[in-house]
Amino acid sequence: MEYYLTVLTLAGINLMVVLGLGLLTGFTGLFSFGHAGFMCIGAYTSAILTVTLKVPFVIALIAAGLVAGAVSLLLGRLTLKLKGDYFLIATLGFGESVRLIFDNIEPLGGARGFSGIAKNSNFVSVWIVCLIGIFFLVRLMNSRYGRNFTAIREEELASSTIGIDVFKTKLLSLFISAIYAGVGGSLYAHYMTFIKPSNFALIKSTEFTIMAIIGGLGSITGSVIGALLLTILPEVLRFIADWRMVIYGAAVVILIIVRPKGIAGGKEFKDFFFVVWIRRLFNKRLAKKDPGNGGKL
Amino acid sequence: MIKVLEINNLTKKFGGLTAVDDLTFHVWENQIYGLIGPNGAGKTTVFNMITAVYAPTSGEIIFNGESLVGKSSYEIARAGITRTFQNIRLFKEMTVYENVHTACHLNTDYNIWDSLIHNKNYKSGEKQIRQEVNELLERMGLYERRDEVAMNLPYGDQRRLEIARAVALRPKLLLLDEPAAGMNPDETNELVKTIRGIREDFNLTVLLIEHHMDLVMNICDQIVVINFGKEIAKGTAQEVQNHPEVIEAYLGKREEELLHVDA
Repeated sequence: MEYYLTVLTLAGINLMVVLGLGLLTGFTGLFSFGHAGFMCIGAYTSAILTVTLKVPFVIALIAAGLVAGAVSLLLGRLTLKLKGDYFLIATLGFGESVRLIFDNIEPLGGARGFSGIAKNSNFVSVWIVCLIGIFFLVRLMNSRYGRNFTAIREEELASSTIGIDVFKTKLLSLFISAIYAGVGGSLYAHYMTFIKPSNFALIKSTEFTIMAIIGGLGSITGSVIGALLLTILPEVLRFIADWRMVIYGAAVVILIIVRPKGIAGGKEFKDFFFVVWIRRLFNKRLAKKDPGNGGKL
Repeated sequence: MIKVLEINNLTKKFGGLTAVDDLTFHVWENQIYGLIGPNGAGKTTVFNMITAVYAPTSGEIIFNGESLVGKSSYEIARAGITRTFQNIRLFKEMTVYENVHTACHLNTDYNIWDSLIHNKNYKSGEKQIRQEVNELLERMGLYERRDEVAMNLPYGDQRRLEIARAVALRPKLLLLDEPAAGMNPDETNELVKTIRGIREDFNLTVLLIEHHMDLVMNICDQIVVINFGKEIAKGTAQEVQNHPEVIEAYLGKREEELLHVDA
């Protein structure tokens, strides 16, 4: 039982970061290989706050998000004028430099890591934060802000000619995305109780991107599926020991060939065929009871 | 009448190539103004300068008395100039409804917090936008297709959707870049009606680039003809049609003249 909860908690922590990455990559169309960097900043920020400054965990959690967000604004100011691929390279460099900076800050333990963090997060608190994260993201995507993100992904030039400030909107997307990653980092630090810079290396950023893509870009449901599936899969495969990561890699390749748009394929839960059936059934009943609305919703 | 748009001595050079050369024309309120010329004459470049896709090399662009040079595309859209593109640029994977819905983002003023907590501001703002989108789609004859993905629409409807999306911002000046390209005569007639209709309904001024001469001659109050970036004629449809340089630019020189030159 303990083991399953651990796996699901880690899935929740990954989900938090993938939700943010999904906003940036899936909805706004900007790839990032630096999200482990934001996670790292969030993890260290909240660890310093709770251990050194004895700040309550909830405040440290929020601060972790905000500090990661603030750093993303700096990064964004410098790099978001770059076109597609160049922005990706910049985030890659950013992620690695964050790791190396923490590697060299001796008072924080340097490469040996930061230990003695209180275990403040658990399965329940992680998933409560995730649910709040999902809730806000759904609402954001159903607003004019959310629609502007998608517009930029679809057609940048047309977006600016309908009055969207492309740079500012991208910056907002990166900012919110980094907040999610920072909060994820804080949850991670207070679950593992020990963090070290190499926890947040490039491979971690890559994993998040794979989760977002396999789950399905442009879909919050997809982020949830991707984070859950790819956190659980390596655990399920543990019985084959050395071949585990090979099978994991093969599974990722097969999934992307079979479903190039990811498992959710850009659709949300409410658009899945079985949910649509259930909703139709439900609507028919409603329509029978109230024939006045002419079947319109 | 008021001058909506003034283009004064506008020039654009790409390296050694002068795409637009010292062009001047003025568009008055409520006019449908035609910008025509053979392929490569620099018409789209003019549009791109008005909407700040390119910065002009020199010259002025004045909209309602205010200079647009140095502003960004989104600021120009917000000031009241929207456009369509020669090679349609819709939000391809969004539905018809969502395309117009997105363009209505400036017609409400709820902020990001309102949208997260779904308060009154958000709800009334979204309700108003929904109503506007539905009305506009109805007006443009796209209501029945509102749930279709934009890239699956027939060509003519894609053009119409792009116009709908541009009109959704409630612009004062609408720039149409070859709105009839690829349309058959029936669709073109329909388009003429649509353009005239939206001008009345939304009190618009229209500047359009077009190759279909019957459409241009039929609909435009004023026309400027350019070739190699330079103005060769300006005036009403009749005046322009009979202008020798225009005939030359479109049809070439008469045989006698050519023989004369050879000799």
